[in-house]
Amino acid sequence: MNYQFNWDLVLSGKYADWIVDGVILTLKISAISIVLALILGTLVAVMRMSKAKPLEWLSFAYIEFFRNTPLLVQIFFWYFGSYSVLPDFVNTWLYDHDFEFAAGVISLTVYSSAFFAEEIRAGIYSIPKNQLEASRATGLSFMQAYWYVILPQAFRIIIPPLISQSLNLIKNSSLVMTIGVMELTYMARQIESYTFHGFEAFTVATVIYLIISLVTSFCINMYNKHFLLQIKY
Amino acid sequence: MQWDVVWNNFDYFLWGAFPNGPIGGLAASIILAVLGIFGAFWIGLAAGLMRLSRNKLTKAVAVIYIEVIRGVPLLMLIFWFYFLAPVVLGESLPEFNCALIAFIIFTGAYIAEIVKAGVVALPKGQMEAARGSGLSHYQAMRYVILPQALRNMIPSFVNQFVSLTKDTSLAYIIGVNELTRTATQVNNRTLSSPTEIFITIAVLYFIVCYALTMTSRRMEKHLARYQARDR
Repeated sequence: MNYQFNWDLVLSGKYADWIVDGVILTLKISAISIVLALILGTLVAVMRMSKAKPLEWLSFAYIEFFRNTPLLVQIFFWYFGSYSVLPDFVNTWLYDHDFEFAAGVISLTVYSSAFFAEEIRAGIYSIPKNQLEASRATGLSFMQAYWYVILPQAFRIIIPPLISQSLNLIKNSSLVMTIGVMELTYMARQIESYTFHGFEAFTVATVIYLIISLVTSFCINMYNKHFLLQIKY
Repeated sequence: MQWDVVWNNFDYFLWGAFPNGPIGGLAASIILAVLGIFGAFWIGLAAGLMRLSRNKLTKAVAVIYIEVIRGVPLLMLIFWFYFLAPVVLGESLPEFNCALIAFIIFTGAYIAEIVKAGVVALPKGQMEAARGSGLSHYQAMRYVILPQALRNMIPSFVNQFVSLTKDTSLAYIIGVNELTRTATQVNNRTLSSPTEIFITIAVLYFIVCYALTMTSRRMEKHLARYQARDR
């Protein structure tokens, strides 16, 4: 193995700036997608639980389709193929703005919202039915029962899986490099092809991803220890 | 919508240039996934049992492996094997092998967690009873715990197989001619109907993955009946 390590290359100067830009873009695209996916996911989950059959089927099909196809294919679909699906004015708007970024956000959002929806639904289902019955019997309306009794308990349970899904989204965001969004993995790859020092660039990027996920899973564990175990049935 | 591009290249999507060239397309994706899950099963089983070991060092090795691999995007891992195999080995591996190794190492970490959870989920009494009947710890694990635990894990393994099937699309990035790559090739060549091409690819993946997902759900219901439980 005759490989000359040159850590200064990636830890200072131009290439370090690239890495920092990459991290910022990774966090930015992830944050936007997480928020949008949460909103979309909640909507899909509510539809999935609704008593109107067509709504239920629609959201079932949505969840199953987007969960069972690869994210990379979805990214390519939104990037290369969306123009004949989306209305014209949306396309024009997208081309005038950062189209790669927008396609990345759309694909991450749609893909993750299917996973979010399942977690949210599972969380609400895990609250025993008699909770609703009991709170209805004490005179609360359906909405009130949901708002004051079911949801506060459900959210305690849902938060850890939602956080770990968000973490998946951050890791999945590495795939948008394929359509030219200059996030962390893209930058590492770019440094590799400019300098042939892939080892250093990939190490730095890997460590950054690791820090993000280790901190997140530490937080989830703390949360589970302090909040979740107190619930007893 | 112009679907003729899709129909003209449909056999290319399914098995690439085979039999006139190497096998590709959906067939290559499935081969990658099957070999990957097979390799990952053994690594995952070993890492999962190491994770449960009372030997601190063994446990630490497994924990580090699991946490590091699960904390890193698969794409990153593929790049590691693709760019660093030449540095370490002095020669580059074929892309297919690079991707396969990355899939095995990656999926192994997830399977390890499944194995650990599966063993822990069995009631403690099973181990105690097996030990009480005179089996050694190893024998109890081999003949009493693992057969039950592994059977209960089958649905999770199938789910992992679904994930891996979807993840084989990442082999595209280092140039393995699997389904996603055949799609981009056809798209680059024709430039006329990307929407149709990528919908077709998505549907092909969906058929495989959804069939497996349904199987795993059925098995889950079926197996639940035979599960040993705490009282």
